[in-house]
Amino acid sequence: MGDTPQRSAHAGTGGNPVATSHERPAGASARVAERPGNPGRPDGGLGGGGALPRARAFGAERAFRGLTLAAGTTVLVVIAAIAIFLVAKAVPALRANNESFWTFEGWFPNDDPPQFGIGALAFGTVLSSLLALLMAVPVALGIALYLSHYAPRRLGNTLGFLIDLLAAVPSVVFGLWGRDYFAQPVADLSAWLNRHFGWIPIFGDGPYGNSILLGSLVLAIMVLPIVTSLSREVFRQTPTANEEAALALGATRWEMIRTAVLPYGRPGVIAAVMLGLGRALGETIALALTLGSTYAISFNILASGGNSIAANIANRFAEANDTGRGALIASGLVLFAITLIVNITARAIIYRRREFTESAA
Amino acid sequence: MTTTLTPRRPRPPAQPATLRARRLPAYAAPVIAVAALLLAAALVYGAGIGGPVLVVVVGALLYLAGLFVAANAVEGRRSARNRTWSALIHSAFVLAVLPLASVVWTLVSKGSERLDANFFGTSMNNIGARDANGGAYHAIVGTLQQVGIATLITVPLGVLCAIYIVEYGRGRFAFTIRFFVDVMTGIPSIVTGLFVLAFWVLIVSPWFNDGRPGFSGFAAALALSVLMLPTVVRSTEEMLRLVPAPLREGAYALGVPKWKTILRVVLPTALPGIVTGIMLAVARAAGETAPVLLVAGGGAAINFNPFENNQSSLALFVYQQAGEASKYSPARAWTAALTLVALVLVLTVAAKLLARRNRLGR
Repeated sequence: MGDTPQRSAHAGTGGNPVATSHERPAGASARVAERPGNPGRPDGGLGGGGALPRARAFGAERAFRGLTLAAGTTVLVVIAAIAIFLVAKAVPALRANNESFWTFEGWFPNDDPPQFGIGALAFGTVLSSLLALLMAVPVALGIALYLSHYAPRRLGNTLGFLIDLLAAVPSVVFGLWGRDYFAQPVADLSAWLNRHFGWIPIFGDGPYGNSILLGSLVLAIMVLPIVTSLSREVFRQTPTANEEAALALGATRWEMIRTAVLPYGRPGVIAAVMLGLGRALGETIALALTLGSTYAISFNILASGGNSIAANIANRFAEANDTGRGALIASGLVLFAITLIVNITARAIIYRRREFTESAA
Repeated sequence: MTTTLTPRRPRPPAQPATLRARRLPAYAAPVIAVAALLLAAALVYGAGIGGPVLVVVVGALLYLAGLFVAANAVEGRRSARNRTWSALIHSAFVLAVLPLASVVWTLVSKGSERLDANFFGTSMNNIGARDANGGAYHAIVGTLQQVGIATLITVPLGVLCAIYIVEYGRGRFAFTIRFFVDVMTGIPSIVTGLFVLAFWVLIVSPWFNDGRPGFSGFAAALALSVLMLPTVVRSTEEMLRLVPAPLREGAYALGVPKWKTILRVVLPTALPGIVTGIMLAVARAAGETAPVLLVAGGGAAINFNPFENNQSSLALFVYQQAGEASKYSPARAWTAALTLVALVLVLTVAAKLLARRNRLGR
């Protein structure tokens, strides 16, 4: 990093303590030698002038180091605790389950004997998320390119700021809008699709209402600002030299984007899409408000129905008894596993191309 | 004057046509657009398969095809591709702006209906289905308390964790922590809600709550802090890495111990960026509904004590009002949504402005 004198002079508050601590007795300042094996910096051994104070077994340095280590370990502890506690609460309910947890299409954990299955829910979760990404990602990349490379700079910056703000709008707002104001247009669209493209199995018969299509459209609209804002950041970081080289070789603007911008931004875009997928998979309230809450596996995305793991938890939590809660926690465990797999895959992809993504992802 | 003496130069010859590629005239694009729209209208109404929306959609597709064909004939294939992609990218923008603008418009127009003192000054206690008033005071209190406690928990933890990753951590263990912080970013909010439900509400809190599950605002704060932690760690980590190495080295050269260098030199330098990250995390946490729904339980009355009994939050208030049958509840839901969005946006805008003033910026 190009560090300018002006910059370090502006470290402001950082400057004074250094000066003050210099006024302390000389012995105290030699405590820097407590850091053994600090690569890249000369320490230990080199300080000639007589006896240095011995490193204390328990000094502020060690205490602080231990504190940060504890904080770092907390992350691992929390992730492990999530898995452990979810399993601990899920197992009793799974034992009481009278049907196959994986294949049974229905959710009656409060009955005696309890019956519930995750199949339809997991199917709905994956289907709605994939549909949402399928619709959102091309559009989001288009907008990101528009904002970074087509729009006038000032306009692009302003609109980009607005998109960033939209990415912060809570999902419950999108859900409410989707249920109250977007459902009717989507029902009309569904009827039209069914009339003219009814021969395609996914565009089956009605009734039209809170369908997978509505849910995934709302999800798509929600995910759109997130993916846009992240990929715009990545596209903007394309080295100007690459772009200008492409243009100087006679490339049109699109060819410049294809050869210079997109390859550079690919890992960042993958990260953005994966983040969007993570959001879509775990989205609760927007889907709880817009899906039909049924328990059947159906590829008909137009008819009322559909459900997702997260939405089901929100919808069924209030009425759940002890086994019911256990069943919901078991379904949450499945969702946790799905998102964990998606995330670890995404991170593995990104970490492999780290030199690009250090700033982008 | 010298110019009068020099002989008049002959005009430069017109450029030969071969040097400059032929281009579509400026009027070509609008002409193609109008033709495409007319053709689309003729097709759609002729076949009787739809209304004005379909005309626009078909028209746009015909425009793209027509543009490609015309540019291909006049300017060649590469330029035709360029024009078509450019048109596609512009139309993606229009396509996305429509629903987003609709969301914002609905939010503002519906949300302003109940924007009165009564809404901000009363709770939903004793408000029946036929009562037009009732407000979100209890929910606002809940949101502020929960988010505040979550911030108090998360900020020290997250900043210390980032310090470990950047300053102390080496080798496999630090890498593992960093990797799992990234993974944690993707944990769905409902799962953190379930975690706190299983861990705190159902297992730990019954010990000091006479065996009853303890739904409380504090439980919601715990869930929110699990959500905020990775965001805070990641942004702090990025900012700490941006602190110039000479600052650290200068401090070491003066004999300042490492921990003091971090606390007095590195952290203050990175502070604006860290605060930005924290504010963005807070904004995200404030909008979360699912964890609060699971572990705080919601409630209609004002509860100032986050450690005992049910609490509501703005996001949860929106969700609960959306599920109610009263004809007055949609207005309350939208006004609460507007309040929530305003809160979140104020935080976000402040964070972005702060980030813009940050000297360490990338």
